[in-house]
Amino acid sequence: MPAQELIPHLFRTEYRKIVSVLCRHFGFDQIETAEDIASDTFLTAAETWGLKGVPQNPVAWLYHVAKNKAKNHLHRKILYQDKIVPEIQNTNSEIYVDEIDLSPQNINDSQLQMMFAICNPSISTEAQIGLSLRILCGFGIEEIADAFLTSKETINKRLFRAKEKLRQEKIRIELPLPSEIDERLETILRTIYLLFNEGYYSLSQNETLRRDLCLEAMRLCHMLVENKGTNKPQVNALLSLMCFHASRFDARIDKNGKLILYEDQDVGLWDSDLIRKGEYFLNCSASGDKVSKYHIEAAIAYWQTKKEDSKEKWESILQLYNQLLLIEYSPVAALNRTYALSKANSKEEAIIEAEKLNLEDYPFYFTLLGELYTGIDIIKAREYFLKALSLVKTQTDKNAVQKK
Amino acid sequence: MAGKTINENKFMEIKMKEFLLIFRTDFKNTPDSSPEEIQATNKRWMDWIGGIAAQNKLFDKGNRLANNGRVIRANKSVIDGPYTEIKESIGGYIIIKVESYNEAVDIGKGCPIFNVGGNVEIREISKS
Repeated sequence: MPAQELIPHLFRTEYRKIVSVLCRHFGFDQIETAEDIASDTFLTAAETWGLKGVPQNPVAWLYHVAKNKAKNHLHRKILYQDKIVPEIQNTNSEIYVDEIDLSPQNINDSQLQMMFAICNPSISTEAQIGLSLRILCGFGIEEIADAFLTSKETINKRLFRAKEKLRQEKIRIELPLPSEIDERLETILRTIYLLFNEGYYSLSQNETLRRDLCLEAMRLCHMLVENKGTNKPQVNALLSLMCFHASRFDARIDKNGKLILYEDQDVGLWDSDLIRKGEYFLNCSASGDKVSKYHIEAAIAYWQTKKEDSKEKWESILQLYNQLLLIEYSPVAALNRTYALSKANSKEEAIIEAEKLNLEDYPFYFTLLGELYTGIDIIKAREYFLKALSLVKTQTDKNAVQKK
Repeated sequence: MAGKTINENKFMEIKMKEFLLIFRTDFKNTPDSSPEEIQATNKRWMDWIGGIAAQNKLFDKGNRLANNGRVIRANKSVIDGPYTEIKESIGGYIIIKVESYNEAVDIGKGCPIFNVGGNVEIREISKS
């Protein structure tokens, strides 16, 4: 792979590792220094590799350079302190510098700890996702801005404020106590799921970027599954859920980047490998005594991997949505539950229920009503579809509604 | 996430009240059900409660109560079972949040307890 292709790729995979390790070494308050050194390492790589060619082991090269830069930084810092405060005692500064540990074990631990540091309830979810994308997924500011459909300035400000806040809170790079893990994991899982949804349902037209968001979310969740302390049932459930959804990546977008609705998808394009992985993690999630919303959503997603309609399928999906709504209300779950009701019970019953939902601000509310009235009252069905069409904002959604 | 905002707005506009729905029936004289009948009954309850939750009007999914119990009388004597003097006993409850008694009654009318000759008592939860 030539340098100009290799570097962005390595940035995605190695940037976060270097930042996490350095940040753990320096302390969270030095996160910008860690980021600067990591970025600088890639800049040096771009300059050197362009001239001299890509080294034999590019990753080791990056680690080596990052280590040297970190060492130089610490030396400069010590010198500076020496001049200003001559009486300062720099005990063991040399040993300290040498300890920067880029072993696989330390890289993994540092990344995991970084995840807990970033997904901290003291900053907003948007800030958590932004920082996760930047630090844990190696996304550029422009890509983050694109994913959130906002400007680079807004993202820069948001990330700056978030880091400032985490510093004030004196966040440490460490794993929470075992007794706190479940509670802290909730924030992390929510961030990961939002990150995934950001990609899966994003308004951004950049298809590659969207898929990357989903894959990164899955990767972060995988990291939690691989660590003993965080390999909890709800983590496996979320990973299972994402595998099931991701299995339809190739089937849900056509050649022109248009969304293909579930019922029109070519089942042959569903990724059976990911479906199997989803089933595997769903099995792993079946322990403990707590049913999380991820468990229920994973079970629904499992049924969705079975294309053919059956009484059992829709009855199961309906009951799962009933359960999901008891845990947490969301308009999307309410709409989907009503659709499942039409399949499991009857359209007539679903129409009565749909009309109680009170979701007139939702274009898909009218799509649902249009769908329910199809075959019962074609004039009403048409009216609802047109109403939905007048409400949708993005072209992708417009196409989806128009098809109906 | 946009949906959440919409709902929060709705809560701001309309003052919601909480109502306790208590389900009573003569559980003692209910004939034994087959596993299929039990499953069908469970489905009716889940579909009803799920429907309330889908309207975002379920405040507390409540509980089902076991058939037996104890009653402590005024003289502190303890008797078995809640239904020695009255035929009906409480089988369960939920709490809903709606605008008015009318709305609460409309929801209550869908309760599957009526299929077994039971009734629903609706009481507003006093906040003062």
